[in-house]
Amino acid sequence: MPESPYTPSQRTPLYALHLELGGKMVPFAGYDMPVQYSGIIDEHSHTRTSASLFDVSHMGQIRVAGDAVALETLVPGDIQGLAAGRMRYSLFTDASGGILDDLMITRLGEAEFFVVVNAGCKVDDFRHMQSGLAGRAGVTLLPERALLALQGPAAAGVLRRLAPGSGALAFLAAAAMDVAGIPCFVSRSGYTGEDGFEISLAGDQAERLARRLLSEPGVKPAGLGARDSLRLEAGLCLYGHDIDRTTSPIEAGLAWTIAKRRRVAGGFPGAAVILEQLANGPARRRVGIRPEGRVVTREGTAILDSAGVAIGTITSGGFGPTVGGPVAMGYVAADQAKVGTPVRLAVRGTPRPGVVVALPFVATRYYRAT
Amino acid sequence: MSDLKFTEEHEWVRVEGDVAVCGISDYAQDQLGDVVYVELPAVGSKVVKLTEIAVVESVKAASDIYAPVSGEVIAVNETLTEQPNVVNADPTGEGWFFQIQLSDPAELDDLMDEDAYRTYVEELS
Repeated sequence: MPESPYTPSQRTPLYALHLELGGKMVPFAGYDMPVQYSGIIDEHSHTRTSASLFDVSHMGQIRVAGDAVALETLVPGDIQGLAAGRMRYSLFTDASGGILDDLMITRLGEAEFFVVVNAGCKVDDFRHMQSGLAGRAGVTLLPERALLALQGPAAAGVLRRLAPGSGALAFLAAAAMDVAGIPCFVSRSGYTGEDGFEISLAGDQAERLARRLLSEPGVKPAGLGARDSLRLEAGLCLYGHDIDRTTSPIEAGLAWTIAKRRRVAGGFPGAAVILEQLANGPARRRVGIRPEGRVVTREGTAILDSAGVAIGTITSGGFGPTVGGPVAMGYVAADQAKVGTPVRLAVRGTPRPGVVVALPFVATRYYRAT
Repeated sequence: MSDLKFTEEHEWVRVEGDVAVCGISDYAQDQLGDVVYVELPAVGSKVVKLTEIAVVESVKAASDIYAPVSGEVIAVNETLTEQPNVVNADPTGEGWFFQIQLSDPAELDDLMDEDAYRTYVEELS
């Protein structure tokens, strides 16, 4: 056998349960994770029509003891204006305006925050926060915490039975509460475009809660495959693919994460570059692309204009089960980014027709109080 | 007793006279997961054994399909164009990909019989 820089995969607290449920395990961001159980299309459709349980314990959970002003030196979001019990999508940017990671920031109290970051970035993010906030905030990685996502239109009904308080949570609100008698921190959020919850809890309680949730009518397990197709249809970025250090928040269509106050005052890494792009427009933009026909267009595929000139690259692409056909996202030259612009997609050497479309591909159904 | 023969790339062949009906194995469809698109060769094209002649796309990835034998493509399974998931449902029956008129029947001797293929797959997993 050839020598390889093999590092044994880590396991989440639900590893044994995944095997028991017939999960197909694959290496992902240093973890052995289930890519699917019954099948990606089945799990995807179930999430859109009922409720699915995802293990996302590989993601980084970090507690920050420090004030909002300090956190704002690392992200372009309005953290000072974030109320306790509310959460916000934000970005770690670097000095050249690139994106180091995307994250969810929840305000727990006046000077206490809970942050969830991508699995593949969590070690770097933790160091970045430690050095960036040195002397101003305490940063604690919470490796003993598990994270479960319950997603889909039936999620709220299921969770209300086990945690009556969850029904009062607005979209992007969070609170500590018992779920089936287990102390949890529950937020109304997710990565599927559907109503749903993310539940942070002690790792040693995770299997018990997962089994309890899966015993509820309408709940089935779903893996990383469905998570990816769901987020792609919802038009959500995947770090390391649709956004990275070479893409700016403006190019990525994430200007909405930069609060008005911060557009004026700056004070976040890369502010000069990012605010210049905001004022004058970026050279390229992330767009949705709908390939014609059934040929799946995947990451790395060249995007050409109708004359055959390269104008960009696909960063995420796959089959959208709810759309019923291929869907993709990518970057194109800003003057080709208008919805309706015809493009060619160089799949296996053949340019195939596609069109720039608005995101998301499937209307999001986040919870709105009535 | 099954009359299927298999390649190491997980294609199967069923010989009917001098024609080889070809598809992908049950193991292959299970590894691929949900099949969402199949790109078939042109009828009339001449193919050489072990060259790429078709593509199967699952939700997860695109995979090349190799000609198990040399010859001329005389038919393709048009059903797969509209219902690619037939490959998952019935890989060695309704989910066939193409038929090749054999140019060198001796090539069939290089393929595995079902027992040998089963052993081969077991060693992979």
